[in-house]
Amino acid sequence: MIKKILMTGNEAIARGAYEAGVTVATAYPGTPSTEILENIGKHYNEISAEWSPNEKVALEVGIGSAIVGARTLVTMKHVGVNVAADPLMSFTYTGVNGGLVLVSADDPGMHSSQNEQDNRVFGKFAKIPILEPADSGEAKSFLIQAFDISEKFDTPVLFRMTTRTSHAQSLVELAERNEVGLRPYVKNTMKNVLLPAHARLRHPIVEERVLKLAEYNETSNLNKIEMQDKKMGIITSGAVYQYVKEVLPEASVLKLGMTYPLPKKLITEFITSVDTCYVIEELEPFIEDQIKAWGLKIIGKEVFPLLGEFSPEIIAKAFGKDYHALTQTEKLPVRPPVLCPGCPHRSVFYAIGKLKLRVSGDIGCYTLAAAPPLNGMDTCICMGASISAAHGMEKARGREFAAGTVAVIGDSTFMHSGITGLMDIVYNGGTSTVLILDNDITAMTGQQENPATGITLKKQLTRKVDLELLCHALGIERVQSVDAYDVSAVEKAIKEEVGAAEPSVVIIRRPCVLLKGKGPTGMVHVNKDKCKSCGMCAKVGCPAIVFKGSKMPIINETLCNGCLVCAQVCPFGALEEVK
Amino acid sequence: MQNFNILIVGVGGQGTILASRIIGSVAAQVAKDVKISEIHGMSQRGGSVITQVRFGDKVYSPVIAEGTADVILAFEELEAFRWYPYLKKQGLMLMNNQEIDPMPVIMGIIPYPVNISEKMLEVEVVSVPALPLATQAGNSKAVNVVLMGVLAKRLGYEKSVWQEALKANVPAKFLTVNEEAFDLGYNLYE
Repeated sequence: MIKKILMTGNEAIARGAYEAGVTVATAYPGTPSTEILENIGKHYNEISAEWSPNEKVALEVGIGSAIVGARTLVTMKHVGVNVAADPLMSFTYTGVNGGLVLVSADDPGMHSSQNEQDNRVFGKFAKIPILEPADSGEAKSFLIQAFDISEKFDTPVLFRMTTRTSHAQSLVELAERNEVGLRPYVKNTMKNVLLPAHARLRHPIVEERVLKLAEYNETSNLNKIEMQDKKMGIITSGAVYQYVKEVLPEASVLKLGMTYPLPKKLITEFITSVDTCYVIEELEPFIEDQIKAWGLKIIGKEVFPLLGEFSPEIIAKAFGKDYHALTQTEKLPVRPPVLCPGCPHRSVFYAIGKLKLRVSGDIGCYTLAAAPPLNGMDTCICMGASISAAHGMEKARGREFAAGTVAVIGDSTFMHSGITGLMDIVYNGGTSTVLILDNDITAMTGQQENPATGITLKKQLTRKVDLELLCHALGIERVQSVDAYDVSAVEKAIKEEVGAAEPSVVIIRRPCVLLKGKGPTGMVHVNKDKCKSCGMCAKVGCPAIVFKGSKMPIINETLCNGCLVCAQVCPFGALEEVK
Repeated sequence: MQNFNILIVGVGGQGTILASRIIGSVAAQVAKDVKISEIHGMSQRGGSVITQVRFGDKVYSPVIAEGTADVILAFEELEAFRWYPYLKKQGLMLMNNQEIDPMPVIMGIIPYPVNISEKMLEVEVVSVPALPLATQAGNSKAVNVVLMGVLAKRLGYEKSVWQEALKANVPAKFLTVNEEAFDLGYNLYE
């Protein structure tokens, strides 16, 4: 019997890369893609795997690797592909040599993202094939096939995962690694140097490639037809296929595994063989628009939502079915994610609130400080925007506005795309103050190393970026470093730097409290004789401080770890360290 | 075998993902097909977290539709109440009787609901004092494994299958505490 084991889609991709003979893998962490490279780093020594500082670098490293002949995997979350779009849109012209598969893990429903863009649109834009697995077994087998397609058609392949395929586990059959080795590298300037004269010759090759891929897709085993009742036909792909099978077990289904370029003959035959045909897909009407452009009759976004993640219920509802049995009508408190007890970001936002500063925010755990009671953010757009947007605010409204504003960014996000913004502030005479919250790790995605950590994905020590030196090198003369657990020092440094009419950086340091062995291990208790029930401790927004209907705080001893930020905020010294 | 659906709900940090992996390992021993769905990332930071395990002869969807869960394993009362409509009528709500205040309750914006057990009608509610039992086992964070012990007894599969699943999913240095927590849950009800 072949051994089947339970794997997440991300684990299955890591396994697929191993079996496909991949030798180089790169990524920037981003939910829901992160565990792919983590698993490669942990389990497959045959693959050189590394975190890149951002997705553009990750793809460019991958491009170099593929051009010289290695099978290469590059992974990122959907918005990461925006960052990597520049190399992608040109790489599609050069083609690969060694196969290159770009995994885009989309997040319909925005479980952990700032938007829910459908990256299949990117695949079509770049004119590269798109594969969409529906479970972990397919994630592995499709990935191996994606490398074959990549090399056969000399094209990068977009491998589209979603939160439900990346983070759901199902059974996977394992196989041996196919040691494909390196393909020969031969210098080819006409192909790989995209001068206008060369690129003009490459573009028609890209267009021909799309036609050949569409022809391949007509008979590809990536697509399958499950013919049953001919009254209703469903065209679908990815995780949505599973919901369709659950809700409409009697319907005929065309499950597309390769959703660009679409197989026109296959689709036409399927549509004409059923009475009514629906296209059910999450987010954009990507398959639907193409089929409608061919003049074929189908029903799609007229009845299914354009927004959010699908579920069995959503499909059932569109067909007038309802599983719902019990009701609960009481209005319940929501439970939003919060900064952890002991989080080193808490003191920063407490100080910012006290100083009544505007915050040009960024992407990371600290984005959680936007919620009450910290209310610590005016804007948060994309990775790195905090710094450049703060500069834009100053250009629009002047120095006085800048004196009441800070940019807030984490160490990993600063490495990713904050450096160029800081350079811009110096270059263009800005006076913004940038707070770098250095917790020594990429925290939100679950503790991944970055160039400012000084440790690689494979847990090897490496040269660590010196943030102070880097800021000085960019031309920032005012650089201060403070301990995040020293509340008054944090406040004092921020106050001094926003007051200075020149660009400045405050680096606020403490390791992420979730880093094993790095967090505090103490405890705070309430001295009831000193406590005046003033409510100041509530302002730090710590989930370990609760009130249970009274005004006097109660410390949740399972959660508190004794960071002592609350103790420093209490005006009466009533929150005491348990000795 | 008809598909069996278990929804596991709790607060980020309570170990719902570990619980779903242990139950998934058991399911892989007793059923032909298994799917598990979990959500990582932002939802882990003290937010409401759900994971889902489905097993049977053939499982398509990794997520459980509302009104179709056979069991909800709830590590916290408010989360139990929040997800209660996912149960089938006469389904089993296995709930840790612990309250963890979310930020809007801490801030006094909205009260924590009262009498949750009595409000969940048409289902079997089993309220378990899992926190003191976990503490007794040696780690207050083992609430998830105490409840899993209770569930194991109810589902009736060989105890050794659960013990193997624990071994496969729990780091070696925490195994003894978790085995103790599991036993306390397993032996709680006849």
